[in-house]
Amino acid sequence: MRAVRLSLVTAVATAAALTSMTACTSKSDASDGDAIQVTAADSTCETSAKTVPAGQVTLKIENKGSKATEVEIVFPDDRIVSEKENIGPGTKYTLTAEIKAGSYEIACRPGMKGHGVRQKLTVTGANAAAKRDPALDQAVAQYRQYAQDQADETVPLAQKFADAIKAGDLEAAKKAYAPSRIGWERTEPVAESFGDIDPKTDTRADGLEQGQKWTGWHRLEKALWQDKKIGAEEKTLADQLVADLKDWQQRVGKAEITPTSMANGAKELLDEVATGKVTGEEDRYSHTDLVDFKANVEGAQKAYELLKPVAEKNDAALTGELDKQFAALNTVLDKYRTDKASYDFVSYDKVGKDQRKELSDAVNALAEPLSKLAAAVAK
Amino acid sequence: MTETDTPEPGAGGQTGAAPSRRALIGWGGAGLALGAVAAGGAVALAKDDDGADRTDTAGAVEFHGAHQAGIATPVQDRLHFAAFDVKTDDRAEFVQLMKDWTAAARRMTAGRAVGEGAYGGLAEAPPDDTGEALGLPPSRLTLTIGFGPSLFDKFGLKDRRPAALVDLPPFPGDNLDRSRTGGDLCVQACADDPQVAVHAIRNLARIGFGKVAIRWSQLGFGKTSSTTPGAQTPRNLFGFKDGTRNIAGTETGRLEKFVWVGDGDGGAKDAWMHGGSYLVARRIRMQIEVWDRTSLQEQEDVFGRDKGEGAPVGKAKEHDEPFLKAMKPDAHVRLAHPDSNDGITILRRGYSFTDGTDGLGRLDAGLFFLAYQRDPRKGFIPLQRRLSAHDALNEYIQHVGSAVFAIPPGVRDAHDWWGRTLLSEEA
Repeated sequence: MRAVRLSLVTAVATAAALTSMTACTSKSDASDGDAIQVTAADSTCETSAKTVPAGQVTLKIENKGSKATEVEIVFPDDRIVSEKENIGPGTKYTLTAEIKAGSYEIACRPGMKGHGVRQKLTVTGANAAAKRDPALDQAVAQYRQYAQDQADETVPLAQKFADAIKAGDLEAAKKAYAPSRIGWERTEPVAESFGDIDPKTDTRADGLEQGQKWTGWHRLEKALWQDKKIGAEEKTLADQLVADLKDWQQRVGKAEITPTSMANGAKELLDEVATGKVTGEEDRYSHTDLVDFKANVEGAQKAYELLKPVAEKNDAALTGELDKQFAALNTVLDKYRTDKASYDFVSYDKVGKDQRKELSDAVNALAEPLSKLAAAVAK
Repeated sequence: MTETDTPEPGAGGQTGAAPSRRALIGWGGAGLALGAVAAGGAVALAKDDDGADRTDTAGAVEFHGAHQAGIATPVQDRLHFAAFDVKTDDRAEFVQLMKDWTAAARRMTAGRAVGEGAYGGLAEAPPDDTGEALGLPPSRLTLTIGFGPSLFDKFGLKDRRPAALVDLPPFPGDNLDRSRTGGDLCVQACADDPQVAVHAIRNLARIGFGKVAIRWSQLGFGKTSSTTPGAQTPRNLFGFKDGTRNIAGTETGRLEKFVWVGDGDGGAKDAWMHGGSYLVARRIRMQIEVWDRTSLQEQEDVFGRDKGEGAPVGKAKEHDEPFLKAMKPDAHVRLAHPDSNDGITILRRGYSFTDGTDGLGRLDAGLFFLAYQRDPRKGFIPLQRRLSAHDALNEYIQHVGSAVFAIPPGVRDAHDWWGRTLLSEEA
């Protein structure tokens, strides 16, 4: 089944260019150089202008509330353009950012959490980005939230893992290893998009580049299961793992996420399963591959389900097949745990050749249609 | 590894002319470019190369016919054989796969890319065709499908299983590897270019994901039989010409008698097999290193032929009629000859294989034996019973993989599809 491309992308881009040309002459509430006054309080967020010209945009922020706040300029899909965290009660801050034409929001987040209080901001001028289907923006925003949740949940689990290592408790550390990876494995393509975090946290012995120091989960996995000892080096590495994961947690909000990258990310998670987990290469010392396997599938399924409303309109046969194959793969995976609510999976060294073949067949059956999801949302 | 009696015949198979894959892609590409121009206001034109000039079909073997190609067709140089397990339990989905496979096979055997080609489509989606056969000629690619006994346990087909499709019995000396044995389906891809054969299986497997999964597959690099008269019999990896008297593709009478399933075979129940055949596949490992240390005399005694010319014992030429009693009682030719087997004759299409080494520093090599016959109960089974019990060659070989398939009749025309006579409700 092949999607037929409608040559609309060019048309839309042209229309957008024309619109922005006219927009240049339209009136703005704030002229170039004028700052937008942002008055943040515990439940309000007032802005002095709703429309500004493209270019350097300045926010003069004042926190009149009782809690520390955070002010962000965000894209329609919730990606952060620029932000200032931890603005204390009664303090002021000036935030400047280079912003292209388009629709944005200014978010004040009292207490530095939650969705925050928001105001629209329209930036006028040339080079506006083509508008996307709002349903896709919503999918991206929800996926970003999911990725953030995974990072937020992972950090304390990684801390628990690190604490056990630092206490020299081999058994507790082994127990905490696989759970500390679940959130990461669910959203690995987002983490990998930063480029510098994944090599520090998730490199396998064979993935090291010349001169690269081996750090992260798998280095510790080897210490726990193969070397069966915890030394000073491992304790330092455990702290570093937590620090690197906190870096990831901080940056999820700024990740470049698009509907296409979500769809491809879902497929990449299945690729990860096919190349690393089915073969037992990922967790070669602990044999906890099935935990990572399940997390990869869950993350792929989340991305798919968020994109499904749009994909279904374009290619209902594809989404029907994907629903079926996700269910089929999950059914096969469930054979390897007794409690469907737990992540206690059978050790992968106990999974025989025929069983691995069955898992591999189910992965292929899902990954093939999943490779067509990006086209179904890019139409 | 059997010897049968067949006079060497005239050229068989339908070799014609076809444009190269590149030329066809070019045509399709032009169509796509036009579509893109028109797409400002409308839907892009589907790539349509069905209008391509078909008068020149050099290197293409006709896909349609009363019998499937790849049996009587002159043996190509290379093989990629795949056995599949069916994963779906939805009959309609399986029927659709057979139709999709037929469409892809029709295109690939004509030297065309699968679906909408290997490039020029949506940038966000993987291309339909995997691309490694672009620019290569059709290379006489044939694709032949078969249905294994286990398929008939599915889709309510139990009553349609042909009487002749029996499970092969165990033979003395068998050491079958389960992961190289059996299969619900098989596809035999033969071509003169290995890349074309591999491309075909790879693309069929890809189309099949979710419906079927490859159970095992085998590459063959050197044909060991000929169905072309006058052609030299190719040597097997023991260095011998074996099976010099095969059925030729042009020997209509012998094909009807020994290969094609006849009108009344198996009664009305098995009428769907009329025009089909039965395939036995055996992966026969050769103890290469042991054989190579064997004296020339012993080697020639084992086969019952001389090594240079391939002539039967006491004869001068390869194709001279053998005098069986001059051979040792356990000589391969003597035991396999139709005169020793009540006239049993099968059509062999085997290939040599080497799958690297076996971890003990020995070649993992041998013969991938493929034999087509009208009824395995009167073909391979009695023949192999005899050979497995007595053949001197057994000291140097071991059967390690095995499968049997019902080969349905040919796809008649552009509307027909693989397995229609078995699966179609209106058949």
